[in-house]
Parts: sequence; C-alpha cells; structure tokens
Amino acid sequence: MDAHPMGDAMAAVDLGPAHAVLERMAPVDHGHAIPLLQNIQDTYGYLPPSVLLELSDETGIPAAHLFGLATFYAQFHLEEHGRHTVRVCRGTACHVRGRQVIQEAIDEELGIEPGETTEDRRFSLETVACVGTCFLAPVVMVDNDYFGKVDPKKVGDIVAGYE
Amino acid sequence: MAMVDTASRISSPSDLASVQEQLAAAAEGRRRVLVCSTGCLAIGAREVEATFRSEVAAAGLEGEVDVVRTGCHGLCAMAPVAVIEPHDIVYGRNRVKYVPNVITETVMKGEVIRRFCYGRDEAMAHTDDIPFYAHQTKRVLRNVGRVDPTEIDDAIQRGVYGAAATALAGLEPDQVVEEVKASGLRGRGGGGFPAGLKWEICKQNPGKDRYLICNADEGDPGAFMDRALLEGDPHSVLEGMIIAAYAVEATGGVIYVRAEYPIAVRHIRIAIDQARERGLLGTDILGSGFSFDIDVREGAGAFVCGEETAMIASLEGQRGIARPKPPYPAVRGYYGEPTVINNVETFANVPLIVDEGGAGFAERGTDGSKGTKIFALAGQVNNTGLVEVPMGATIRDIVFGIGGGMPRNREFKAVQMGGPSGGCVPAAHLDLPIDYDSLKEVGAIMGSGGMIVMDNTTCIVDIARYFIAFCAEESCGLCAPCRLGTPQLEEILNRITEGRGTLDDLDTLESLGEVVKEMSLCGLGQTAPNPVMSTLRHFRDEYLAHVVDKTCPAGVCKALLPVEDGKDT
Ligand SMILES: Cc1cc2nc3c(=O)[nH]c(=O)nc-3n(C[C@H](O)[C@H](O)[C@H](O)COP(=O)(O)O)c2cc1C
Ligand code: FES
Repeated sequence: MDAHPMGDAMAAVDLGPAHAVLERMAPVDHGHAIPLLQNIQDTYGYLPPSVLLELSDETGIPAAHLFGLATFYAQFHLEEHGRHTVRVCRGTACHVRGRQVIQEAIDEELGIEPGETTEDRRFSLETVACVGTCFLAPVVMVDNDYFGKVDPKKVGDIVAGYE
Repeated sequence: MAMVDTASRISSPSDLASVQEQLAAAAEGRRRVLVCSTGCLAIGAREVEATFRSEVAAAGLEGEVDVVRTGCHGLCAMAPVAVIEPHDIVYGRNRVKYVPNVITETVMKGEVIRRFCYGRDEAMAHTDDIPFYAHQTKRVLRNVGRVDPTEIDDAIQRGVYGAAATALAGLEPDQVVEEVKASGLRGRGGGGFPAGLKWEICKQNPGKDRYLICNADEGDPGAFMDRALLEGDPHSVLEGMIIAAYAVEATGGVIYVRAEYPIAVRHIRIAIDQARERGLLGTDILGSGFSFDIDVREGAGAFVCGEETAMIASLEGQRGIARPKPPYPAVRGYYGEPTVINNVETFANVPLIVDEGGAGFAERGTDGSKGTKIFALAGQVNNTGLVEVPMGATIRDIVFGIGGGMPRNREFKAVQMGGPSGGCVPAAHLDLPIDYDSLKEVGAIMGSGGMIVMDNTTCIVDIARYFIAFCAEESCGLCAPCRLGTPQLEEILNRITEGRGTLDDLDTLESLGEVVKEMSLCGLGQTAPNPVMSTLRHFRDEYLAHVVDKTCPAGVCKALLPVEDGKDT
C-alpha cells in the first residue's frame, strides 16, 4: 500500500466530508459531475486525488473522467490551496488601465506567480478574465472581496488584511 | 412597508394585480434611499448603507425612510452611488461621514448638496438633468437600481410578473412565439439570431422533453450587462424565462451563471426560491395549469462554455468542448432534446414584448435591429458604467453624450466592441448608428455589449496581442486550427510588440487569421482572429510603426520605448 503510484498526493484525507456531500446531493449521476466537484472543492478547499477516487467508486463515474474535468476547468485544483485566493483581473478594461503593473507588484509582494501558492499556504495567486467591475479597473479580488482602482504601491495593504 | 398580505401564494392573475396595487399604493411617495449594493460594494457601499440605516434609526425616522439595497444605478464612475426618492436625486462618492447631513438635508427636505452631484454641479442633481441619464432609454434596466433584488414584493410592486400573467392566462403558446417574431428581437448574447425564430424551430422538433437554458456566462472580458441584470432585477429574467418556457412548452430550465459573479449567483437563487414560494414558478404557475421550474448551475471557469454547445456539454457533466453545428441546440440540445438557449438580456426583453405587443416593441430601433441594447462602458472614458440606448444610437452618443468623453480630454482612438470575438471601431466611424449589421460592415460586432474605450495611451497592437493571447489560453483544444493557430498568431504579435516584427509578419497575420477563421470548429476559433483583422484594417499605420520604425506611438510596448538619457537600462 505504501508505494502508491500517486505518492504524496494520496496522503490520508478524511473521506467523511466527501460522503456527506454525496449524501446531500444524492442521487449523483454523470450530469452532476461538475456541481459535485464544486461542492467537494468548497468542502476541502481543493480536490484531493484520493477523494476523487472515492467519488468514482461511489458514483460509478470513471476516475479518468473526474480527473479530466478537474484539469480542464480553471476553477478546479488538485493541490492544496492557500487560505486566501488573490485574483488579479486580466480583463480588457483592466488591461488598458494598467493591470500588468499590478500583476507585477502582487507577484513581487507574494513572491509567487499566478497558479502558485505561498509556502505558508496563506495565499494562492490566480488571474481571472474580468470580474464584472470594469469601471473600477484595475481590479483585484481577494476571496469574495473586490478591490478597485488598485494602486501598485497599495497592494501590500490589500493583502495585509488577510491572515 | 404598510400591511399587505404578501406572504401567501399568488394563485391567479387577478390575485397578482391586487397584490401589485396594494404594494404600489403603500410605496407611493415614500422617502427611500436606494444604495447600490452590487458593483459599488467594491468601493465602500456596504458601510454607507449600514450608516444610512443606523442614522435613520437614530433619528427616529424608521417609519418614514426606507434604506434599500439595490442593484446598479449605472453611474459606476461615481461609486458608491445612491438615489434618493421621491426627489430622484442621484448622489455619488458617498462617504459614511456625510450620511447624517444627507439625511437631514436631502432625504427629509429635498435639498441638494453640491459635492455629491454629477460634476459637482447642483444643476445636475436629478436623474433627468444628468446627461448620463438623459441620453438613455431605460427599458430593460427600468427596475435595476429601483428594487431590492432580494425582495420579490419590490419586483411585483414594479409590475414584474404582470406580463407572465398576461401570457399564461390570455395567449396561446404559439401566439407568444408570433409576438416575439413580430418584435424583431435578436439574441443579445452576441450572435444576434432572431429569438422568435429560434423558439419556433425548437417547437417544430418533437422531443420527449424540451429545455430552456439561460446563458449567464458573460465571458467577454469588459462586459457586465448580464451581471447587472441578474444582480439588480433577477425577477425580470425569471419572468422572461417563464414566458419563453410557456411559449416553447419547455419542461425544465437551467440558468448557467459564471462562478466569478458571487452576488449574481446569490440573487438569482433567492429570486427563484421566492418565486416558487409565491406560486410564480414551479407547479401550476399563477393557477394557469402550466408548470416550469429552474435550476441554477455555476460555471467552472472556462470561457468556451459560453458557447452554446460547450455549455450543454458542461451541463451534462462533460468537459466544455464545442461540437459542430448543425444540428443546432434548438434541434438537438441538452441531453439530445430540443433546447432553447438565450442570453440573460434576451430573456429580460421578453416581458416588454408581451406588454407592448411585438409591433409595439418593434417601434424602437433600426430596420434590422429592434429595441434597446445595454452596453457596459469601460476603459478610458469618464462615465464608466452601464447604459441602455435604442438600437441605432451612435458611438458618439454613447462615448461622448452619455460617457462624457475621455479623461483629461485625451484623444479618442477607438472603441473595442464584442470582446475577443469583436473588433476595434476607429474614430472615423464615431457617427455610425449601432446595430448588428452596421457593426459587421466595419469589421466589429455588436457582441454582448462590452465597450472598451481607448485613447492615445492604448497601443492597438498590444490590444490585438492581448485578445489573441486570451483566445489561445481559452481554446478548448479540440480542433487544430484554433489550438495551433491562435498561439502562432500570438507569437507573431509578441514579436511585433518586442520590436522583432517584419513586413512579412503582417501578411502572415492576415493569411493565418483567415485560415483560423475558416477552419475552426466553433465560434471561439472562428472569431478569434477578428481583433487582429479589424486592427490591421483600421490601424495599419500603427502596425507599420512597430515593424518599420520600431516605435510604439502609444508608448506601451516596452521594448520599443526610447531609452532615456541618464537612465540605466
Ligand atoms: C466562444 C464563445 C463564447 C460565448 N460566450 C457567450 C456568453 O458568455 N454569453 C452569451 O450569452 N452568449 C455567448 N456566446 C453565444 C452563445 O453561443 C449563444 O449564441 C447565445 O447564448 C444565444 O443566445 P442569444 O440568441 O439570446 O444571444 C458565446 C459564443 C462563443 C462562440
Ligand atoms: S476587465 Fe477587469 S473587471 Fe472587467
């Protein structure tokens, strides 16, 4: 058992919450695969591979299909995420109002690039194609909070508000 | 609000009418502070609203003044925005510390305080006086900013669900389809396909079931019309869907919302629950015998899922991959059954058609494009925000009349319309009356309604590169022309913006763009080269400056900026 092909990714994860999600959503068929993954990610903060295998056993949806969805959709991640997610808008309005500079400032502030998580798991950094508050461009979102007309010098203040 | 029996189920059109009358009578002449609690949340609206609430309570005015959380007032540039009724005074740049003063002076006495007015000009306190509003025709947006979207009674009071009652009680399903055909309504999601015709095709196809899908994916970066409708007036979208479902005899409905819009998701879910509770959705709607219910599904972060066949794949639990058309979803859609997919704004127009009749609706607009259109105005323009104009309004009306022109009087360069599938319209076409067909002629498209204004600080080549990079990243990867062609276009544009471009590159952009357009499987690839082609057509000089003179006239492309003396590089 100890030499599992997926190594660390298969580290023990409590399957209880996954079963609770399945119960809440029952009956789960193919058509519910995406909401299922969304609920699992809400619960665990990411999609632990061992949970995906369990979901496959329980629902009969092939594991390969679940992994396929998890890698196709930008929303899903298979690795543990930070406690907070910082999203820098890369939409058009933000682009013409200088989001490049904001992106660079945030990359530097957090010491990571989009798609990465800080070592202390405090932040994950992502980009997003427009959050619909283009009048406030350039825009940054932290979790569900919006920050508008972001000044590159102020990105430190923004992230300081999140532990 | 006064005592109206509002908790119970509304079981007939006459029930609805009497509830509406009671609510309207109770609302008549009320003092209300309407605080935008959607987009403006990003800039302190929650604190402002809470302060209005606590100050009203502290002044003992709770019975007299309602503080209401509403959707977007449109004038986002002045966020946070509040409208004060019954005087209809619009205040922007609200701050917590000024709230007590606003209550005593403006809410209670109707006196205008200059500093919060548009342009800090007292003469522009009322909606009718402000050019931003005066040049608009608010029809689809009529309730946005005027209702608390989480209170169904506010919607009913404003007449929402009245058109559904008319249709369900007084019209045959086919009559509804006929009216929508007569209205000339075209899809607001970008394609512009006639809505009534789509419904008719769907009905002509026998199926075990028939489905209705509301496309609320709003993937075009720079667009926020659908967001504003869902957040600010979700019941009108539901009403449009109910009427459509009745017309096409749909058995089930789905709203597919972008997950990046948490407030929209929340409001539409609340609206659905409330409508069900009141008998306006679900079994036996308004006692008509017609039943229809709606599910909400959240997107998972893939632009291509806004395309209808990819959306259906996603709803069926598959990866969001488009399939060739035909067959169109109206013939073979969700789970293989005939399916009508329309955009949020398209549905929101439907109640107007029932109320006014198809011919009445068609009185507004141009020959080929009827009604009004909502645009999201952003970029380098003073009044960024949400605007609604009749089809046929000119770009100048929107950018200068409503938008108030460029900040610091900079020079207008172009407006980008239609996002990654669209194009740039240059200054020479400022007086072009906007409709589906005129825009196509100048190499742009109506798109869903995002308008990004650009001035001389925006580099056109960089914009083309930006959009192609966007499409290259969002390509679902199924077909080779799109999967391989878009990164190649991106690579060429990278070269040009880095000062390594050649004249041959411009030809390659054109010929390769043509191939990607012609050979791609779905709309994403078929339209991805548009931003490149349209900028090459209208701004060739700017490309030449990059390629031949090795300069970036807008001063954006870093590699092409002059090296300043005394500065180490
Ligand atoms: C790549 C791509 C993305 C699209 N994104 C959206 C979108 O976000 N919202 C939308 O309503 N339509 C979008 N569409 C258009 C839909 O495929 C479809 O035409 C539309 O939902 C039909 O509704 P309508 O006729 O009411 O506009 C997109 C099309 C393509 C090719
Ligand atoms: S482009 Fe950034 S919020 Fe829309």
